[in-house]
Amino acid sequence: MKVARSPQRFLKVDSLVWLAPLVFLGLFYFFPLGSILGASFERASGGGRLLPQLWAAFQEALASPAERGVLWFTVWQATLSTALTLVVGLPGAYLLARYEFRGKSLLQALLGIPFVMPTLVVAAGFSALLGANGWVNSAWMSAFHLSQPPLHFTNTLFAILLAHVFYNTTIVLRMVGDFWAHLDPRLGQAAQVLGANRWRTLRFVTLPLLMPSILAATLLVFIFDFTSFGVILVLGGPRYATLEVEIYNQTISLFNLPLAATLAIIQLACTLTMTVVYTRLIARVSRPVSLRPRRYTQRRLTTWRSRILASALVIFLLVLMVSPLLALAARSVTRIETERGQSGRGAEQPSVTRGFTLEYYRELTINRRGSLFYASPATAIAISLGYATATVVLALLLGLPAAWSLAREPGQTSQFTGLLNRLLDPLLMLPLGTSAVTLGLGFIIALDRPPLDLRASPLLIPIAHTLVAFPFVVRSLTPSLRTIRPRLRQAAAVMGASPGQVIRHIDLPLVSRALAVAAMFAFTISLGEFGATAMIARPEYPTIPLAIFRLISQPGALNYGQAMAMSTILMLVSAAGMLAIEQFRIADVGEF
Amino acid sequence: MFKRVFPIAALFGLVLSACATTAQPAPPTLPTSRNVWVQTPSQAAEIAAPPQLSPTASAQPTARTLKVMTHDTFAVSEEVVTAFEKENNVKVDFLKLGDAGTALNKAILSKSNPLADVFYGVDNTFLSRALTEGIFEPYTSPLLSQIPDQFKLDPQNQALPVDYGDVCLNYDKNYFKDKSIAPPQNLEDLLKPDYKSLLVVENPATSSTGLAFLLATIGQFGENGYLDYWKRLVGNDVLVVNDWTQAYYTEFTRGGGTRPVVVSYGSSPAFEVVDASKPASEPEIAAPPQLSPTAAVVNDGSCFRQIEFVGILKGTLNRDLAEKWVDFMLGTTFQEDMPLQMYVFPVNQQAKLNDVFSKFLVVPQKPAYVSPADIAANREKWIQAWTQAVLR
Repeated sequence: MKVARSPQRFLKVDSLVWLAPLVFLGLFYFFPLGSILGASFERASGGGRLLPQLWAAFQEALASPAERGVLWFTVWQATLSTALTLVVGLPGAYLLARYEFRGKSLLQALLGIPFVMPTLVVAAGFSALLGANGWVNSAWMSAFHLSQPPLHFTNTLFAILLAHVFYNTTIVLRMVGDFWAHLDPRLGQAAQVLGANRWRTLRFVTLPLLMPSILAATLLVFIFDFTSFGVILVLGGPRYATLEVEIYNQTISLFNLPLAATLAIIQLACTLTMTVVYTRLIARVSRPVSLRPRRYTQRRLTTWRSRILASALVIFLLVLMVSPLLALAARSVTRIETERGQSGRGAEQPSVTRGFTLEYYRELTINRRGSLFYASPATAIAISLGYATATVVLALLLGLPAAWSLAREPGQTSQFTGLLNRLLDPLLMLPLGTSAVTLGLGFIIALDRPPLDLRASPLLIPIAHTLVAFPFVVRSLTPSLRTIRPRLRQAAAVMGASPGQVIRHIDLPLVSRALAVAAMFAFTISLGEFGATAMIARPEYPTIPLAIFRLISQPGALNYGQAMAMSTILMLVSAAGMLAIEQFRIADVGEF
Repeated sequence: MFKRVFPIAALFGLVLSACATTAQPAPPTLPTSRNVWVQTPSQAAEIAAPPQLSPTASAQPTARTLKVMTHDTFAVSEEVVTAFEKENNVKVDFLKLGDAGTALNKAILSKSNPLADVFYGVDNTFLSRALTEGIFEPYTSPLLSQIPDQFKLDPQNQALPVDYGDVCLNYDKNYFKDKSIAPPQNLEDLLKPDYKSLLVVENPATSSTGLAFLLATIGQFGENGYLDYWKRLVGNDVLVVNDWTQAYYTEFTRGGGTRPVVVSYGSSPAFEVVDASKPASEPEIAAPPQLSPTAAVVNDGSCFRQIEFVGILKGTLNRDLAEKWVDFMLGTTFQEDMPLQMYVFPVNQQAKLNDVFSKFLVVPQKPAYVSPADIAANREKWIQAWTQAVLR
């Protein structure tokens, strides 16, 4: 054990790290997906060999102008949304990475909340601000004495783009911000000493070093926008459809499973293409750099100019990402009675009486109708946290070995592992690009025999959440793992450290921050996930989003108020969870 | 690009699934239990405790399990289910598998190895899909005699009616009072200039409420006239959203929007009282003596009636229990429990409605009618034609 090992010594075992991730993905992703795609094509006329049949289905789908339109819209709205998200996210990432100021952890947690919020609720928050009778339009109309609301929000492309930025900016803030926070500032300082101005330093030193994390964040944001479902459905309205929405319609409303399967494969193919492009690019831009603890990289906001700029940025981010949430929280404690007036256009008669109330929160704790499926807020919180914890553990256990293997230089691994790495790297992202309704049906037909009859098992929920969280974990960890200088590992090995010790004492501390980010993603993905949870739910185990959905699907002011109260609880739980994970990080870089 | 990429993505999965397909001829009697190593509870019960045994012999270990598959809006009182469980020495497991359409698709795709014994929640717009796919076993429940014929849409009794609800226009009473305009009385009214830009409806492709409203217009204006009606509605600036929640809570004036007429349920005004912002301190029977802020338009031909059905899934190993559960759902205890749990109404004529409904509920006497056979034949075609006419 104590004998120094050259890298070649453990070449044979190193492919084994792929075992667990592969078994997991094979059983819970590829098997159900293949089953449902196979079953769908079987329903189409039947007969014939599979591949020609598939090819015909593709040609048919792509010959239809409607489906081509859907594909085109999906691509360009995702591209535009991703670009906007980067424009908003990168300055924010810089601020959070390079400066230390009071309330930063809280700010980061607040900016992470949008990620977990159900679309129906977010739509309500945006409408309260930007809808025809929202604050912005009302203020605008009374200021300029207009009779019509000047800003149109419902069913517009603007609503889609805004919601995508709202949801996904946190991905850029976390992935890029965290990497940036540990980038050695001395490289930039050196460049400036050598005469480069700030702009040239950013362009030729900082951005190239940041590129791996920017690319990783871009890929994830793009795939999220590309497969967008709730935002398009609720905010975009019926005139807009992405592939994901079209797959849902073809599956549920029209029951055209062969076409749905074809579209699902097209969506997968696009995801895979994006990921292959990404892996090519990332191989070119990654280089070992030395990460530094934050106390060396961050400074305080000392000049007035920097303080003003920082405040403006923080206010902008808060308005964009927190004000819709505040509108919801405010609604959860407001009683609105309109018996004697109306709340129509123009608000010329403010006869609506508004009052403060905690009634909705109290009501949440009462099972007034003795319902079998009633869940107290405490139960829903406990169940949501239970699923989220399981997801974090599972996603880290599977993601860490995968990321570790992917991050190694081709020369360091055995040929077989190198092959696995090249093959699996892009495949890992596929679950994110998979239509939820397709995979949900796949679970039903694939996992239907003992010992794997999981169709009705609550276990399926953390498994489904892990499928989504796993790519996030891998993508958050690889950029940091890649930066570890091989010489550090080799030095440790030469000095007698076993592979386990190298990992524990060199790799783990170096990536502890990235681990916290990965855990945060897994946590928030699970907490906010609705689609899979609703499709495989056991009513005995309701999550917070499910409780919100149940309440908001019923008429009556009391139900709506309770939905807002439950949403506010979800915000608090997710913010608290994110702050807690912040505390958990093992040790900051360099603290070993 | 597809040529290169496709085989990797799909074949991997197809190969795996092929392995599963070869394992298909598994013993057909294998129950859906999770544990094959011990005798499953249902098998044990069949041997040890025939269901005819009196309920007093409720030795817990022999309790069998009945699985009921349903959609995510299913709700029931705890005591009602507990009573059924005690009486039949059975444990009822509910599986909620997504919205009505998703749950039905899952029942269809799992029909060779059913997930449950009973499926509840297929409605008359989806009924044809369930019957064509043959997921149900017929069962002529004795309780069918208490149910009017208008609800029995399946002559073979594979799917038995449980409840109904009417999709109707709702309006904000205060809006029309303040503007001194008469509220709309029927579907034709919506075309008048007075009601320009006042209506919000749901997309029939994504919302069951929207589909029901589309069927109301087809019932009223016929297959040849409905598209013309919709084009004129578009001319009168109808707003289409994808989802009931969005329509009712965001675009409807009551929810803070600008549209005082919304497609919702005939029962919604009653629930605006029952679930008012200030809840009654007593259970809802003591509803506050206020009037509902909204009203439903229930005149002849302006609503569409949704009827929900229950059926015994083909291949169940618990046929006796499944029959009992179906009888139970059609019986008065469950039927009287439904309205306040699921916002729908009993088909059993002997079930009594809670007082609050007799005060606030108006039921349309003659909803628009489209025959189930017509719906079955044209459902997809109508939705696509509507999409072309209204959205494109």
